[in-house]
Amino acid sequence: MKNFLISGLLLILATASAYAGGYRVAAQGQRALAMGHAGVGVVNSAETAFFNPSGLVYLEDKFTVSAGITGVFSNVKWQNTSTGQFAETQQDPGTPFYFHAAYKVTEWMSLGLSVSTPFGSSVEWEQDWAGSHLVNDIELAAIFIQPLVSLKLSEHFSIGGGPIFVTGNVNFNRNANRTLTDEQGNRSNITIDDSGVTNTGWSASFMFTPVEELRIGFNYRSEILLNAEGGEATFANFPNSTLTPQNGTTAFDATLPLPAELTMGFAYQPNENWLFAFDYQRAFWDVYNSLDIDFADPNVPTSINPRNYKNASTYRFGAQYKATDNLMLRVGYYFDESPVQEGFFAPETPRNDGNGYTAGLSFQVSEKFAIDASFLYLRFKEVDASYDSYVENGQSVPFRGTYKSNALLPGIGVTYKL
Amino acid sequence: MKNYIKYLPLLALGLMGCEPEFDSGIEENEVYTQGEADFSTYVAVGNSLTAGFADNALYIQGQQNSYPNILAGQFELVGGGEFSQPLMADNLGGLLLNGNPILDAEGNNRFQNRLVLSSNEGNPVGPQPLAGDPQTEITNTLEGPFNNMGVPGAKSFHLLAPGYGNVAGVSTGQANPYFVRFASSPETTILADATAQSPSFFSLWIGNNDILGFATSGGTGIDQTGNIDPLTYASNDISDPNVFAGAYSQLIEGLTASASGGVVYNIPDVTDIPFFTTVPTSPLDPTDPTFAAQIPTLNMVYGAINQVFLALQQPNRVIEFSTDAASAVVIEDESLTDLSAQIEGALAPNPQFIQLVQSFGLPAAAAPQVAAVLGDTYGQARQAQPEDLILLTSSSVIGNIDTNRVASLVAQGFPQEVAGQFSAQGITLPLADQFVLTTNEISLIDNARASYNATIQGLAQANNLAFVDVDGLLQTVSQGVSFPGGIITSDFVTGGGFSLDGVHLTPRGYALVANETLRAINRTYGSDLPEVNLGDYGTITLSDDVN
Repeated sequence: MKNFLISGLLLILATASAYAGGYRVAAQGQRALAMGHAGVGVVNSAETAFFNPSGLVYLEDKFTVSAGITGVFSNVKWQNTSTGQFAETQQDPGTPFYFHAAYKVTEWMSLGLSVSTPFGSSVEWEQDWAGSHLVNDIELAAIFIQPLVSLKLSEHFSIGGGPIFVTGNVNFNRNANRTLTDEQGNRSNITIDDSGVTNTGWSASFMFTPVEELRIGFNYRSEILLNAEGGEATFANFPNSTLTPQNGTTAFDATLPLPAELTMGFAYQPNENWLFAFDYQRAFWDVYNSLDIDFADPNVPTSINPRNYKNASTYRFGAQYKATDNLMLRVGYYFDESPVQEGFFAPETPRNDGNGYTAGLSFQVSEKFAIDASFLYLRFKEVDASYDSYVENGQSVPFRGTYKSNALLPGIGVTYKL
Repeated sequence: MKNYIKYLPLLALGLMGCEPEFDSGIEENEVYTQGEADFSTYVAVGNSLTAGFADNALYIQGQQNSYPNILAGQFELVGGGEFSQPLMADNLGGLLLNGNPILDAEGNNRFQNRLVLSSNEGNPVGPQPLAGDPQTEITNTLEGPFNNMGVPGAKSFHLLAPGYGNVAGVSTGQANPYFVRFASSPETTILADATAQSPSFFSLWIGNNDILGFATSGGTGIDQTGNIDPLTYASNDISDPNVFAGAYSQLIEGLTASASGGVVYNIPDVTDIPFFTTVPTSPLDPTDPTFAAQIPTLNMVYGAINQVFLALQQPNRVIEFSTDAASAVVIEDESLTDLSAQIEGALAPNPQFIQLVQSFGLPAAAAPQVAAVLGDTYGQARQAQPEDLILLTSSSVIGNIDTNRVASLVAQGFPQEVAGQFSAQGITLPLADQFVLTTNEISLIDNARASYNATIQGLAQANNLAFVDVDGLLQTVSQGVSFPGGIITSDFVTGGGFSLDGVHLTPRGYALVANETLRAINRTYGSDLPEVNLGDYGTITLSDDVN
């Protein structure tokens, strides 16, 4: 069993495949993910630490741990029928993971720890593709580490939350413009790279249990600004001319916001065999107005990249069925509204509204140990979109095309109880 | 349970193959149609413009942006095959023969590295050859066949000339080093190597060099109209229109034998090409203090000569510099009646002229000698008219002292200073023939071009070929063609359409030709090939890696 598991995990880690989409990655618990990633009203494992920390105190076990990893297999294709150009993203691994733990200190207080990667993105287009003046490749990842406390104020009401420590890194490469090359014909490009960017935030939640069958949850996770200060920008393949920036490195400052997220919903358990969950989520993406990259070299102008994201909602539905004493089956669906507005569809986050179809199961290997598996198929409609804020010679030069993308996310995890 | 889990790795593998599909995918050939044409084997025949020549050289980046290569990229969307080109060894562009540069009669390297725009502290300086040792050795024959049969320098009849790719003929000028590189045999012809590929579609753009050698040399060659033996032509001559027509129909006949279709291009007007239009006819600016200070003396000397012109009823020969407007350069015009003897004869005994000679610090006895020099210098001189074309090559010459002339005058006994004063090119020394296309020379070019273009259009119609009016296209460019992100004009260096040699196009200019071609093909063959995005194609290269 262990061998199968390990070989499965290693394969997912090693397999070249792509992660794409916006940079919020909903894969913070296989049990929830199998139910449309709904979980603000669900109390069934340490996953609750992420979805609604106030629910931890309702876990029956003294100590419980959930950990898992998801393989993100994403494909984005682009084409422009007015020019005949087409491109697709490379297959690169994306592997969000999570580790959640809960410890029951007293009947009315639990402590928890949640480590997860709710934000991240990896998009790699073919080098020098038609949109290379906007992005060749981008990789960003943020790890959230959150100590938690959960307090039961009454049989019907609990609260929870804690500080969030974030460490992030970003690597972003694109060409200087649509045509500039060095003397050998290599396209001039700029890479910005920074790692170990830290900041803090917080989350707060409550859970209301009016009757035993129904739990109503509310969770708020604060906005966190990842301020890359003194990161390294590398200018490469610029020609040797005093009319262009020089090759080499300079420092840069940039801010990437991780938006606040509000989730409310409920879980309804009519009997021992069935559980239904619904989450409504609002992500406050309007904080992401523009990606401005300020270079230390005074000869290089600040790169202004309007994003103009809007707040966006997600609707999550899930159901769980207890098939046997040691087998739980789950299914779910979610509708994910894109924060990207018309005319701001940048190929670095080529994301339009998505429909997520999920399924999964938990198998109780022993009384203490269960295996959780989930599968998500994320489908995006074919969309004609453009990014209109790229400017050359003072003129807007829209980057247009048709995008079609999907993503498949198989995930595996374990739940351990003491 | 174990049974299920062991399939997970397989599932992961399976996911990789699960790609999104467009309703109509370009990559799946679901969007465009080829119409009546078959683009599976496209062969391009022509000269430097077909080869992708730019910035006074053929180099890899230019070749990759040749209009045939751009076209082939679009043809690929409707079943076009691989398009191979005889790529140079580097992005420098210079040529070597047995490890040495190929020299012209004056000992200059005929095939230098490409031009780049150099700069100094953030300001552009000018086009200069890119530094570096070129690696393209023409005796390293490339293994063909090549879809791009464009050979820089080729004239119409060269495409039919056996031995044009024979290395033995390079030094005598009978062979072309660019064709030597990829000719299938020393005795083959360009047409034979093209037709051997049984093209299903072809392009032919030829005839530019049948007039351009004459034009860029300032008309130093001969108009060979009436001489139907091209073997007797020099490189700067204008080809006889019948020679052109004969060669062109042979080419069309050969290329249409296997092809489902093709596209032909006409020859543009030199007045739409920056090499001929960048330097104005009146560049001598009185607001330049150095020049302004010379104007009184100049007008005094020319005044003496003008009296002779007026006495001979030749008022159009009068040379005068204005103090409040830019004046035209003084040029040599071979077509003018030579008045050397009259000038010399009138000036030598003239008492006022003797005074003038003395004012230069020369003895009165020197007057006849000075008169002889002036007669010799201005016998066929006049100021440029707006219709004349002053060539780009003159820009580094106008106003500069011709040191050979100074040496010659000093040898004749003139003091150094006076010799210098009579050697300022375009001012006191008429601009030599090689720097100017006079109206006369322009009309020779126009006559030949009109005839070539009539031949091209007639054969295009007779053979139902797509026809690209490059002449009309470049007229439009001279007015400016806008695209998202800019405007393409014919302005030298800054216009974006022409490369730094002022004659050949930039990648963006070639893309414009490719788009015009695609429209012509779509019209003629009912295909619906898409046009390329002009803003994706570059213009000139900036670099300070110059010598």
